[in-house]
Amino acid sequence: MRTRYVLLAVGVAVLVLLPAYGGNYLVRFGTFLCMYAALALGWNVIGGVTGYPSFATAAFFGAGAYAGALLQVAHTPMPLAWAGAVVFVAAASAVVGIMILRLRGHYFAVGSIALVEVARLVASSWSDLTGGGMGLNVPILPGGPEYAGMVFLYSMFAVAAAAFAAGLWIEHGKLGFALRCIQQNEDAADMVGVNTTACKIAAFVLSAVFAGATGAVYASWTAYLDPSDAFSILLTLKVPVMAMLGGAGTVLGPIVGVVVFQAMEELLWSNFLEMHHAILGLMIVGLIFFLPGGLLSLGAHRRRAPARATSREVPAE
Amino acid sequence: MSELQILVNGLVLGSLYACMAVGFSLVWGVLNVINMLHGSFIVLGAYISFFLYRHAGVHPFISVPIAAAALFALGYALQRGAINRVVARPVLTTLTLTFGLDMLAYNLMILAFSATPVRIILDLGRVEAAGVVVPVDRLAAMLLALLLTAVLYAVMRGSKIGRAIVAVRMDRDAATLMGIRVERIYATTFALGALMAGAAGAMLALIFPISPTMSGQYLGKVFIVCVLGGLGNVPGALAGGFVLGLVEAFAGVYLGPQNAMTMGYLLMLLLLLVRPTGLMGRKGYE
Repeated sequence: MRTRYVLLAVGVAVLVLLPAYGGNYLVRFGTFLCMYAALALGWNVIGGVTGYPSFATAAFFGAGAYAGALLQVAHTPMPLAWAGAVVFVAAASAVVGIMILRLRGHYFAVGSIALVEVARLVASSWSDLTGGGMGLNVPILPGGPEYAGMVFLYSMFAVAAAAFAAGLWIEHGKLGFALRCIQQNEDAADMVGVNTTACKIAAFVLSAVFAGATGAVYASWTAYLDPSDAFSILLTLKVPVMAMLGGAGTVLGPIVGVVVFQAMEELLWSNFLEMHHAILGLMIVGLIFFLPGGLLSLGAHRRRAPARATSREVPAE
Repeated sequence: MSELQILVNGLVLGSLYACMAVGFSLVWGVLNVINMLHGSFIVLGAYISFFLYRHAGVHPFISVPIAAAALFALGYALQRGAINRVVARPVLTTLTLTFGLDMLAYNLMILAFSATPVRIILDLGRVEAAGVVVPVDRLAAMLLALLLTAVLYAVMRGSKIGRAIVAVRMDRDAATLMGIRVERIYATTFALGALMAGAAGAMLALIFPISPTMSGQYLGKVFIVCVLGGLGNVPGALAGGFVLGLVEAFAGVYLGPQNAMTMGYLLMLLLLLVRPTGLMGRKGYE
């Protein structure tokens, strides 16, 4: 366990020092790493720890992106616009959460996908506000590309670090215990006095807030938004896949998954631009068939093989 | 446009939606799998019909059974080869797998067919009655869709395989004890779902332009129909299809076509909250 944290610390040090010695390309890659790490860690709270199959990541990412962008267009300073976006997404996700968290299993999954679709349709058709399919231009951060690259790398890193801290807090805290109870058996958790509704909403809002913050930073970073980019169906699938690739339900798993996924994407996919979706699809098939517990379970397999074997026999539903 | 005309348009759309969704509903109800590939199955069926028409001159109504048979085979193979391996796992796993397969299918279709929309144009004239105008190809597609749905209903009610599917859906373990080969029923059900999608797609090519990029849109409609109507039964899909068709037709005229689909989704989310079992669904019957 300790070596893992040492590796993580080395990785963080490399990331933080990137602007000093890496070129723009590496800084950009590092920013994407932080962005997906924040998203995957956020998803993990509801999808991994609580066990609710949420595919709503892109809905909150896009909501945060549009809220931040619109505030910036209205001349709000960038950090304030980001804060406003986070507040907006927190409020919106609480309202949506109260509604769709009453659903379970398949219905919840379908409801969460529908959220992304509804959000995209609203953003495309409400063109007075969002510019619709024409897109929305966000003021560009002055100071040149290198300065902007550094600002956005550190901003994304801060969001990812906050998501990681939240993940650690959940894993060791009371909320995480309650969420794991819900994951194992929601009715039983309810019976023994866990306030399942409040806990689920807390998990949902927490997970949405990180997606919203990431979206707001992303909007300022790219300086342009359109509905199919902000509410991308690819993003909503990629994020859970990354978390599962590392190991859903653990704090380090999503980070491992993001690093491996992004490294593969840069090395492999950039050579096969036309096959982007197909390679993602094949990777998912491989992941589901051959690596159901994620990469971290490979290390754990040696030490805890007997314990895992027995827990597998308990039906998942 | 008169109200009656909008109503008729909605019913035509609705019967196609029902035909599209009934297979998806069957798979969800019996295998407990959300099949994200369903939209691609529909588009594939449409392309089969399109290419048969363009290269071999086959009439689209004749290619409906051909597309259906091709998709049946594809569905059977896919279930046996891939989906069956995870069929008992939680929804996150099964949904992610079919989602991934759909990405693969989408990409291959874009490479093979390109994203440019195509369409079959057959001018069969139009029928006019009481101020309502319906093109003959649409009318024929509607009747064919209703006929196919009725055939599926008859198969589910009357045939041995249909009764076996219903039995597996009600209680998998009891069905096994009665000598039903559950694995085979799963594959057949999935194949039947693909068959209905392929047939619906073949008819769709006659009415709307088709492109691989539309698979997500059709999948969304299928979601809505299934949640509206309830899962796993044919009358439910029919009711859901008509409701969505009418909502889209009326919303398209009164709120603008860009809002028609949004209204469908909002209706679905609303119904999920009020009545997650759907309009025709039964409680405790999952």
